[in-house]
Amino acid sequence: MSILVNQSTKVICQGLTGKQGLFHSQQALAYGTKLVAGVTPGRGGEQHLGLTVFDSVQEAIDLTDADATMIYVPAPFAADAILEAEEAGIKVIVCITEGIPILHMLKVKAVLENSNSVLIGPNCPGIITPGECKIGIMSGDIHLPGRIGIVSRSGTLTYEAVKQTTEQGLGQSTCVGIGGDPIHGLRFIDVIKMFEEDPLTEGIVMVGEIGGSEEEEAADYIVDHVSKPIVGYIAGITAPPGKRMGHAGAIITGGKGTAEGKIAALTAAGVDVVRSPTEIGERIKARLS
Amino acid sequence: MNIHEYQAKQILSDYGIPVPVGKLASTVEEAKQCAQMLGRNAWVLKAQIHAGGRGQAGGVHVVDSFSKIAEVSHQLLGTRLVTKQTGAKGLPVNSVWIEETVELKREFYLSLLVERVSEKLVFIASEAGGMDIETVAIESPEKILSIEVNPIVGLQPYQCRRVAYALSLKGGQIRMMERIMRGMYQAFIDKDASQIEINPLVEAENDALLALDAKITFDDNALSGHSDILALRDREQEDIKENKAQGFGLNYITLSGNIGCMVNGAGLAMATMDLVKLKGGEPANFLDVGGEATAARVTEAFKIILSDEQVKAILVNIFGGIVQCDMIAEGLIIAIQEVKMSIPIVVRLEGTNAELGRQLLNNSGLSVIAAEDLETAAIKVVEYAGGL
Repeated sequence: MSILVNQSTKVICQGLTGKQGLFHSQQALAYGTKLVAGVTPGRGGEQHLGLTVFDSVQEAIDLTDADATMIYVPAPFAADAILEAEEAGIKVIVCITEGIPILHMLKVKAVLENSNSVLIGPNCPGIITPGECKIGIMSGDIHLPGRIGIVSRSGTLTYEAVKQTTEQGLGQSTCVGIGGDPIHGLRFIDVIKMFEEDPLTEGIVMVGEIGGSEEEEAADYIVDHVSKPIVGYIAGITAPPGKRMGHAGAIITGGKGTAEGKIAALTAAGVDVVRSPTEIGERIKARLS
Repeated sequence: MNIHEYQAKQILSDYGIPVPVGKLASTVEEAKQCAQMLGRNAWVLKAQIHAGGRGQAGGVHVVDSFSKIAEVSHQLLGTRLVTKQTGAKGLPVNSVWIEETVELKREFYLSLLVERVSEKLVFIASEAGGMDIETVAIESPEKILSIEVNPIVGLQPYQCRRVAYALSLKGGQIRMMERIMRGMYQAFIDKDASQIEINPLVEAENDALLALDAKITFDDNALSGHSDILALRDREQEDIKENKAQGFGLNYITLSGNIGCMVNGAGLAMATMDLVKLKGGEPANFLDVGGEATAARVTEAFKIILSDEQVKAILVNIFGGIVQCDMIAEGLIIAIQEVKMSIPIVVRLEGTNAELGRQLLNNSGLSVIAAEDLETAAIKVVEYAGGL
């Protein structure tokens, strides 16, 4: 099993006709993802990669019954794309786009509060259930269907965790990149809860970084609600305060959101926090045996 | 993006928030003229830099004569002011803001920011103004009031009244507070701010409320839609190397060590710095070359890293992902030749065709060490930098 997406998930791509959308849709199809249609306003009726392009998400849903979308729409229009997908009733909305204005995201989150849709991202690599469904920009090759659930705020660090769990022969149930923006969709707690409930996920890897307090909130939750072993890694021990470290959300402000603070909170909650990102694979393997 | 205090006050004033009358000067002569034009017999002279802590660092003076205006502005203009927020090098004082003095009874704190836990805009108000709000939060959290604004319905009058009551405001001051908060909220939305801070907001002798200091930070993701805000940018207050990197689509931040780092992805870039430190070295920088580590970008990244004379060795850490490692290796070879690299460089390549990429590097005839894995790469680069 897996969380959120699997072999029967039908996916559309918003922004299919753009350079990124086209490239990653091709990759998704090659991986075996059931990509069923594209959406680009004003380009309805075109065919790309053997897929029909629709003018609106609603039209695409009506004809294909899709239940997930991946969004490669440019930042100024991405929030609109998310809201359109939500209104059309798409269950899993994955937004890859980086650079969405924060005020746009506040509105998106206010709408999602009373919605049956979930949002993954933005500014994230996406989600993959290895061997079944790839929605995002990650390389399919490094993944292996398996037992570890991975949740991360960073793209390339997720790949590190994936590669190591693959090398250890453990594989991944599902990998979720929740994104590097301060305001985003699913949070650590949401994904960890799903992994805890997923019978085939045996262990969890969470990769956090400086900024915000999601890791600390997750630590509070883990204490009482999670029985599966968790290995954690937090990036940014050497990050200076007040500086945005690449990700919009990776910033220590007013002494809050430090790596040390997060490591302490997670350790106190029983999470096995590794100091080196190269130890993730070995450590989760040790915790499973 | 940050702007100066005088620019922030202008924006607040445009939104109906009362600020003291003042003028900007960039020479001693202008400073004297400003004081003359303002009239009165005492003024506050404030160094304009993109950092707080100016008062304690000697960047704010109350003066009562034209000769003192000249003396203090001479002393500040053209120097670098070091405050607890600037780092050791300080920031250049290219202008001073001269404004009327205000006789005040009380000082408050008022700010509006994006709060990440509630995912809403939140007003923070406190009766303990004029000091560091983080200190107040630790020492007397009961003095801090926070008001969440629902983004769909917007700021409501009762929320402004709550703040006014909490600060023990009376009569017309309550309406005044509503006007100030509405102005802040509207400015925040219109200009895509990420924080507006008035510290202190003061109650003057005549009971009027005034923004005595102001700081506005803007959302970098929304700047392209605001040419008026972009025009306020003062690049001299920003790090030259960081700015240059930004021009090439690179994310670069200067640190104090001697090991240059070049990585794809922000999280991995931080993790690489941390690993260097864990192995006994000191990272010289954070640098994210982004998803596509092309020869052109890598060349620029190397140039920026090498412009830091402290750098003794470089660690390149690329997780290929969809971009194949042999292509990345080819780009690296071109870049290393282009910049005529003279210091040791350790490369860790991972992802599709990683082995092929390593072979290309090893057979390139360049003094590049292609490490087997990240751990080894970090240990080696620390060795080369003379750290261990």
